Amino acid sequence: MKSRNLFLIFLLSFYTSTVISQNCNYTFSGIVEDFHDKSPIVNATVYIKSINKYTTTDVEGKFIIPNICSGKITIEISHLACDTKTLHLDFNKDIYKVIDLEHHIEELNEISIKGASGKKTKTSQETVLKTNTLENFSDANLGDALKEVSGVSSINTGNSIVKPVINGLHSSRVLTSINGVRLQDQDWGIEHAPNVDINAAGSISIIKGANALEYGGDAIGGVIVLNPSKIIKKDTLFGKTIVSQQNNGRLFSVNTSLNKNFKKGWFVNAQTSFKRSGDFKTPDYQLTNTGIKSFGATFNSGFKSFEKGFEVYYSYLTNELGILRASHIGTNGDLVRAINSSEPLVIEDFSYTINNPKQDVTHQVFKTELYKRLKGLGKFSFQYDFQHNKRLEFDIRRGNRGAAADLTLKTHVVSANMKFDANRKRIYKIGISGGYQNNFPDLTGVRRLIPDYDKYNLGVYSIFEFVFFDDDLIFNAGTRYDFSHINAKKFYQKSRWNSLNYDQDFSNIIIDETGSQFLANPKFNYHNVSASAGISYKLNSENSLLLNYGLSNRAPNPSELFSDGLHHSASRIELGNLRIQPETSHRISGSYKYDTSKFKVSLETFFNRINDFIYLEPIDVETTLRGAFVVWDYKQVNATILGIDTDLTYNFNENIRFLNKSSLLKGRDITNNRPLIDMAPFKTVNTILFQKQNWNNFYASLKSEYTSRQNEYPDNNFTAFIPETQTNELVDISTPPNSYHLLHFTSGFDFNMSKTKIGIHFSVNNLLNTKYRDYLNRLRYFTDELGRNFKIQIKINY
Amino acid sequence: MKSIKLLAILFISAITFTSCSDDDNPMEELEEEVITTMKITLTPDGGGTAVTIESKDLDGDGPNAPVITPGTLTANTTYNASITLSNETESPAEDITAEIRQEDEDHQFFYQTTGINATTAYAGSNDADGNPVGLSFTLTTTDASTGSLIVTLRHEPNKSATGVKEGSITNAGGETDIAVTFPITIQ
Repeated sequence: MKSRNLFLIFLLSFYTSTVISQNCNYTFSGIVEDFHDKSPIVNATVYIKSINKYTTTDVEGKFIIPNICSGKITIEISHLACDTKTLHLDFNKDIYKVIDLEHHIEELNEISIKGASGKKTKTSQETVLKTNTLENFSDANLGDALKEVSGVSSINTGNSIVKPVINGLHSSRVLTSINGVRLQDQDWGIEHAPNVDINAAGSISIIKGANALEYGGDAIGGVIVLNPSKIIKKDTLFGKTIVSQQNNGRLFSVNTSLNKNFKKGWFVNAQTSFKRSGDFKTPDYQLTNTGIKSFGATFNSGFKSFEKGFEVYYSYLTNELGILRASHIGTNGDLVRAINSSEPLVIEDFSYTINNPKQDVTHQVFKTELYKRLKGLGKFSFQYDFQHNKRLEFDIRRGNRGAAADLTLKTHVVSANMKFDANRKRIYKIGISGGYQNNFPDLTGVRRLIPDYDKYNLGVYSIFEFVFFDDDLIFNAGTRYDFSHINAKKFYQKSRWNSLNYDQDFSNIIIDETGSQFLANPKFNYHNVSASAGISYKLNSENSLLLNYGLSNRAPNPSELFSDGLHHSASRIELGNLRIQPETSHRISGSYKYDTSKFKVSLETFFNRINDFIYLEPIDVETTLRGAFVVWDYKQVNATILGIDTDLTYNFNENIRFLNKSSLLKGRDITNNRPLIDMAPFKTVNTILFQKQNWNNFYASLKSEYTSRQNEYPDNNFTAFIPETQTNELVDISTPPNSYHLLHFTSGFDFNMSKTKIGIHFSVNNLLNTKYRDYLNRLRYFTDELGRNFKIQIKINY
Repeated sequence: MKSIKLLAILFISAITFTSCSDDDNPMEELEEEVITTMKITLTPDGGGTAVTIESKDLDGDGPNAPVITPGTLTANTTYNASITLSNETESPAEDITAEIRQEDEDHQFFYQTTGINATTAYAGSNDADGNPVGLSFTLTTTDASTGSLIVTLRHEPNKSATGVKEGSITNAGGETDIAVTFPITIQ
């Protein structure tokens, strides 16, 4: 017996030692998220069958299972509202997985564990900003939040009018979609910020390039898709309130949303936000008349089930934005004085009052959508939306006159889409949309910059998506045709009409004549074809590649065609041109992604060749009673833009993480062989983040933001004769400001009080109170950027 | 498939419905605030023939340059000058002088000379704060010379800044509404 026992002990010890050599120290960790909006799924079960080990996801959807032995292991992920998904993983190292569960039961593929999930496109350069990122910007605006994505910058007029710039392109070249409605809010002007309340979005997708054809074919720069918060099919009532207070501008902001869902599929959501601030401050002085007053509300309700559903959506947003008083100037002489002065020429004490110049813009969206699933075929959906945009611009005028611009833009769109997804590996989408738009500028005593017009659109598209090798290879291609017809009625000064040689080319469109003006009736038709093809390939669990090509055409917008007048903040005359033709972009891009639990890298490169790029450039000097003005005219040139955006994350351990985001952009006007204007300079952002879950999710991060000086810019400087001084002065409107470096600090934690989760966040922006100016701020001639800003934010989930 | 047909009909009818538009022509809009014409009448102190100098830009911010009427003044003479402003894009022409007078605290004219032997001084009534507006002024010539008279109108100037009350533009600030250079001959 003894010998037998000894033998057994020997055997056992041998067995144990083989177990040790098998290595049972691997960890399986990850996060379970909603397929649609990437929000975390709480309490999902992660179960390892072979060893009977299981865990559930925490409030952030995270899970971790330690001590897994090497070899093939079967894992089941399940959640109440979703189907169970089985994964087969081969453990020979730690594995980290992002697992997307289909929370809505409307899609066929309930769970996807592939990288492209949660996104709107599968083969485009797309980034999704999730709810918790967006919440940090509850008191800011869309343009600020999107800068979290490398390659996205913004072009600003002061600090409250922020327009997103995707890979160097903005305004009409960037399409914004809110809850499936293409935003129509006079996006042509740089000083027209998108009328979007960031608090109304559950997540935001940023798609670089024009590859998301279902949204439109003219988004040469890219597409911004704001998705509403997800709808959960169970009887529940929940809400969220975010309150924040900043010291700079004494900004106060509050946002509340309430959601009521029913198990059968009915839902009601309501959200409202309010923001108020007074004059902001640079490190040295007040920015007089830069206050903000903003109010927004959204409401949506409907019914959602697998087979059918409908939704009614309404949103209202009004923004009153003060524009820096000192930026209102009369002449070149004033501009020279402003540029040469180190401070704005008007500085007053802090005030909440918003005086002229200011903007007051109200945007309303109404949408109704219905869908039905046709058995064995796919999903059919139909949508009607209406948008009403009222834009008032107040200038400094004599005699207490009212708004200088009073524009009402109304847009109706009907669209129908069919998605054939019965075979998940061969998906086809077709769609048609038709729209009518009317712009009505009311009389203000200032000649209209944008005339009365009616515009009709018709678009059709078809997209297919083929999936091979168990989702590792996705091929996607599509084409779209858009027809648009614009019928405008515009008064031209006779002298202007003749100086543009319209008397030779367009005399047939004059329909009326007054003493000094012609009434012209330009009618234009544009036919645009766009196409996209992309491929994404997952080489193995760590490496993946993406390649795509996009062809897009964009018809000129009303500003490029008709603009006609003096811009006070730029002290220049801007002229549209009836001869402008659509511009065509060919964009090739490639991405490489490396993804492990320790180290993540994303490299995105692109090359964009734009033929007939519509471009504003100085052509002439005109004299008026006020003095001389430079005339800027829309021209078309051939241009190329290329760039590289990188994104990397390195986890030193569970608690410490390093992040870097960098982007480099080059834009050239090939026709004139010179750099393009307004290209974002090189920027790199480094963040060191400490977080500890069992300290109430405590985190603290220090962010360093370095923006270099833009050394490649077109020289549009000119010499102006200044009557007051009887001298010729160089007006330096081109030289970019110097490079700058900023530090930002954020910290926070959260805790639960019975069923309520409370998060407290504190941040300091521009920690060192650095004085700097930004190349992409139109008010950089007049003032520095904002100084140090302390912010406290309280988030309550109930 | 019935539902598709139904929706297609709905879709087409919606397009047709939204396609209606009115064919009314928009109203003509004239620049209300534009100053097309500045006329300065210089009357010799103690009588004599008045000299009128003028800058007229009938298309406002349009491409045509202003037409300037120069002036010839007599040496060693004091002239009482008065400025009238009008907007001739409207018919009848609108008198802008009255608008300036109404908002006199927010406006001030400045006169500068180059090359001519002449001095200027504010005359006429001040604004409610006792600061000059400059719709009237005196111009005193000495020796014969040629050069120019530069007239600037500033909106919302800082009238309390150093020298501004005395007619120096250097610290005035504000935005320029008018800046005209008149060629002047003194003989």
